[in-house]
Amino acid sequence: MTQPPRSSTAPPSAGAVVPAIPPQAGHPAAPARPGRSPAPRRTALAEGAERLRAAATTEPGRLRIIGAVLALLVVAFGAVTAWQTAERAAAADDVLHRSQPLSSGAADIYRALADANTAASSGFLAGGQETAESRDRYEKDIRTAAAGLVTAATSSEPGSPSEAAVTKLNKLLPEYKGLVERARTYNRQGYPVGGAYLRYANEKMQKEMLPAAEDLYKKENQRLDADYGDATPYPWTAIALGVLALAALGWAQHRTYRHTNRVLNQGLVAASTATAVALLWLVAGHTVARSGLNGSYDNGVRSLNVLHDARIASLKARGNENLSLVARGAETITVGGQTYDAYYYDFDQDMGVLAKGLTDARRLADDEAGSGPVEAAEGNMAVWKRRHASARAEDENGNYQQALDKVIGGADATGACFDGVDRNLALAIGHEQTEFQRAAGDGRDAMTGLPAGAALLGVLGAAGAVAGVGRRLSEYR
Amino acid sequence: MYANRVRTSLRGWGGVGAMAVLCALALTFALLLPRTQPRQDDEGGARTAGPGVARGSQARAGDCEDSEAQDQTLSPSGADGRTIDAIKSRTGAKRKLVVGVDQNSYHWGYRNPNTETAQLEGFDIDLAHRIAEDILGDPDAVQFKAIPTSRRIPAIKNGRVDMVVRTMTITCGRLDDVAFSAPYFKTGQQVLAPKSSPVKGYDGTLAHKRVCTASGSTAYGKLKADRDAGDLPASTDISTTVPNQLDCLVRLQLGEVDAVVTDGALAASQAAQDPTVALKGDAFTTEYYGVAMKKDATDLVRRVNRVLVDYRADGWQASYDKWLSDTLGKDSGPSKPPAPQYLRKS
Repeated sequence: MTQPPRSSTAPPSAGAVVPAIPPQAGHPAAPARPGRSPAPRRTALAEGAERLRAAATTEPGRLRIIGAVLALLVVAFGAVTAWQTAERAAAADDVLHRSQPLSSGAADIYRALADANTAASSGFLAGGQETAESRDRYEKDIRTAAAGLVTAATSSEPGSPSEAAVTKLNKLLPEYKGLVERARTYNRQGYPVGGAYLRYANEKMQKEMLPAAEDLYKKENQRLDADYGDATPYPWTAIALGVLALAALGWAQHRTYRHTNRVLNQGLVAASTATAVALLWLVAGHTVARSGLNGSYDNGVRSLNVLHDARIASLKARGNENLSLVARGAETITVGGQTYDAYYYDFDQDMGVLAKGLTDARRLADDEAGSGPVEAAEGNMAVWKRRHASARAEDENGNYQQALDKVIGGADATGACFDGVDRNLALAIGHEQTEFQRAAGDGRDAMTGLPAGAALLGVLGAAGAVAGVGRRLSEYR
Repeated sequence: MYANRVRTSLRGWGGVGAMAVLCALALTFALLLPRTQPRQDDEGGARTAGPGVARGSQARAGDCEDSEAQDQTLSPSGADGRTIDAIKSRTGAKRKLVVGVDQNSYHWGYRNPNTETAQLEGFDIDLAHRIAEDILGDPDAVQFKAIPTSRRIPAIKNGRVDMVVRTMTITCGRLDDVAFSAPYFKTGQQVLAPKSSPVKGYDGTLAHKRVCTASGSTAYGKLKADRDAGDLPASTDISTTVPNQLDCLVRLQLGEVDAVVTDGALAASQAAQDPTVALKGDAFTTEYYGVAMKKDATDLVRRVNRVLVDYRADGWQASYDKWLSDTLGKDSGPSKPPAPQYLRKS
């Protein structure tokens, strides 16, 4: 505890001092160095080094330096640990409470928009017989998207691509809604221009809004990945400092033993213990946190991404299936010299994406509760494809009403299959979301108290080191 | 630590990112490539559109003039032949005449969602029923197939339909691929604009106006040729083309264009859906709609021509009054097809 102020001179040349200790037979006869003054003005650094060198020639001086270096190392270890773990804990907290919810929120906007488009086309096909259910679904989707956009807007930084996407969506949403309402009105009057409006609304949705929503979703996912990237790397600087501090403490104790034959110096032992505990806590805590976070990524986020993509694909497929009946051949697309109905073509593409997404999701699911709904959705999809083929055959043979019944009819229609896919995917997403929160929460909790604890242990350790060295020093008085 | 971070971020994006990028790329290619280029020249209409029309009529000067293309049909006859026998030999639910129609042309061929089973109805549909009644003895023995504009000729050539009754203009270009009946309707390209619009017709009032046409349509070809030739103000913006002529009405109502150019008959069907727009000026081309069939189905062509002879005398006017008189005027004179010529010999 003696003379802590001395430590303030030590830092600049701490490294240089350590190797300068071996000369045991340090002779007290110091050459008249201070007396020499060839250069009257010398830099503070040179002056400090000079004084240090002078101090290192006496045992008390050396002890002071050792004490200062030890205290500094331990404090530095504590501080860096606190800093690095606080950073990681904050990143882990961000993963749990900021970026993942935002990523989920963006996925919700994306889904709500695709769902609104699907609901609008279903309602349109039903015409005057549109159910309150279908209407509510559309309105609810629009509300969800609008509310989601507000959340996304408040959390996006000014000038960021996310903000641009949110702005674009905010602009397009009322336009889209206007087109859908016009489509609905004309359709109720029996005018085919209603279908043209719906196709225009759909084009706006598919070509402008969904890509913007997807962009937002991707950007939020990038933020999530960045937070994971900040939360999971090992705090190597802190670990290295801890090991160095422990080694220096060990060396100091060995030196004391050689000089005094005393085995234990309480202060140094206390410092070593504090450092060792902090180091162990750091390594163990971070490893647990890391495995929790990695688990939450592998089992939660990856599954969630795949499931969200699959759900969007199913929504797009359903929208295109409906639109093919609204468009009635008004739009075609030529691929490889073959002309297809544009919406049937897109439907097939979307179903391909859905099938692949479901396969991936099943592979990623790590338990029964996760894979169950995905398998159920795969079953729904298989039936959907069969029923769609039969509905399409009716449509291509000109049996419009039969095709319509097979698409938006009751339990035997493709609509029931789509609802099944959607319901099961929602279940799977809910499950993976819980998994994610549990794993990421565990990971973040493993770092609880680590920054404060490391700081406290660092202070305690430094105090121990100073006390230990001070006790030796007092023997010279 | 940097390497670690890169690895972490790569692990996150390696799988998902690469997949997303690949999917996006594949989709972009699949969707955009065909959309950007060939839509036009695949369109059956594009062959006959604009420059094609001019070139075609010059090359075939002795053969076929577009102004006389409607005469290139066979004389009427009620005799059965190979094609009609094949249609009659269909059994059960398949014993139907397969007709390619439009489902989106109001009062021509469209599904009315407010009928019991969303029935197809319109002027073209009436004619199809009449032909079916003549050939199969039952006006309802028709199977309607919705055919997009661009698929009309391929659908006939590959036998997906027996005939197309779908506001299809008789042109020399199309005569290379299919056979036409005698004309059943006379129309021409016409301008459609809001009633309050300063646009008065196909003339200088279109200067600085944005005009919408269906992509690959005769209308677009004509506009482009006339603008290049200076008959239309160079400031007329004709860059808005849409997949279907009806989409033009949407653009017009949304104020994205100032006028629409399409067949007068179809323009009238648009006007019928919006009381604030009207046909402006007279038709600036003369076109005839015909029933299109396979080129070698000579018996069917003759049979349809015989049906048309009867239909013009009894049925045509009723159908006109029912569907078209509200927008095209009480006087059906300008829409009545001329007396057929039957100049095709084989």
